[in-house]
Amino acid sequence: MTGWRPPLALVLAWFALLALLALTVTLAYVPLHAFNAVAALTIGTIKAAIVAAVFMELRARGPRTFVFAGAGLFWLGILLWLGMMDFLTRT
Amino acid sequence: MPDAVAPQFISVRHRDETAELGMWVFIATEVLLFGGLILGYLVYRHAYPAAFAAASRHTEIVIGTANTAILLTSSFLVAWAVEVFAAETRKICAGLLWAAIVLGMTFIVLKGIEYAGEYREHLVPGIDFNFKANEANGAQLFFVFYFVATAIHALHMLIGIGLLAVMATLTWRSPSTRHRAALHSTALYWHFVDLVWIFLFALIYLPGRSS
Repeated sequence: MTGWRPPLALVLAWFALLALLALTVTLAYVPLHAFNAVAALTIGTIKAAIVAAVFMELRARGPRTFVFAGAGLFWLGILLWLGMMDFLTRT
Repeated sequence: MPDAVAPQFISVRHRDETAELGMWVFIATEVLLFGGLILGYLVYRHAYPAAFAAASRHTEIVIGTANTAILLTSSFLVAWAVEVFAAETRKICAGLLWAAIVLGMTFIVLKGIEYAGEYREHLVPGIDFNFKANEANGAQLFFVFYFVATAIHALHMLIGIGLLAVMATLTWRSPSTRHRAALHSTALYWHFVDLVWIFLFALIYLPGRSS
């Protein structure tokens, strides 16, 4: 029976994701005012990066896959940036 | 594992890499689908900050947190199954996929319990919606986003559960490199559904808890 154990990187990523979940829920109850939203979205982004890098195997891929995976993020950035610009700058 | 490769590919590796890039293109379209919803949320949260915080406090954070942990764990199991996929470990691999399916169904059941609670508390827009008068407009917009986003996410979960069930059956019967590529594509989809939930969780359940 060899080759059935999960690689250490997967186990560590899983623990890190659960730890970050506990952290983000705890921080949500600490009054930090505007920083609460920043903390929630920053931790969410870190969790997403761990899922993409380890579970979705992006860390083991080259530039060609990065371009394809990054295309979605690029267009999402344009959507959110141009979409929010009016609302954030209107006085 | 004998493998016939379609004529447009020069090798198994070429075929598998093409499938992977195709999945990433598909995921990019999905990012924009959920991105449009999240843009709408951000615009209205900017317009009604207090109502969004108050509405957020009415969501079930215990179920939301449990569901996040469940989904993260199911993703871990699927990534593990992809990693150990081989003829000699096919039963373990299929078992991991079935475990991920059970977790996925648990998520859906908890979501149903949550929806039922919100129905009882008059938080469903359009069906006798009832909220503190000065925050009712913003809260209604929050719950429109909540129901649309989580329902589309749950639909993705159901599709993912169906795909995982097909892959678990195929893996159990006869694992080939073709099935490995198909499992890899299914896993990318499942992890993406997990990614979307990570952000929905942060936007739906966490705001307004400290005030």
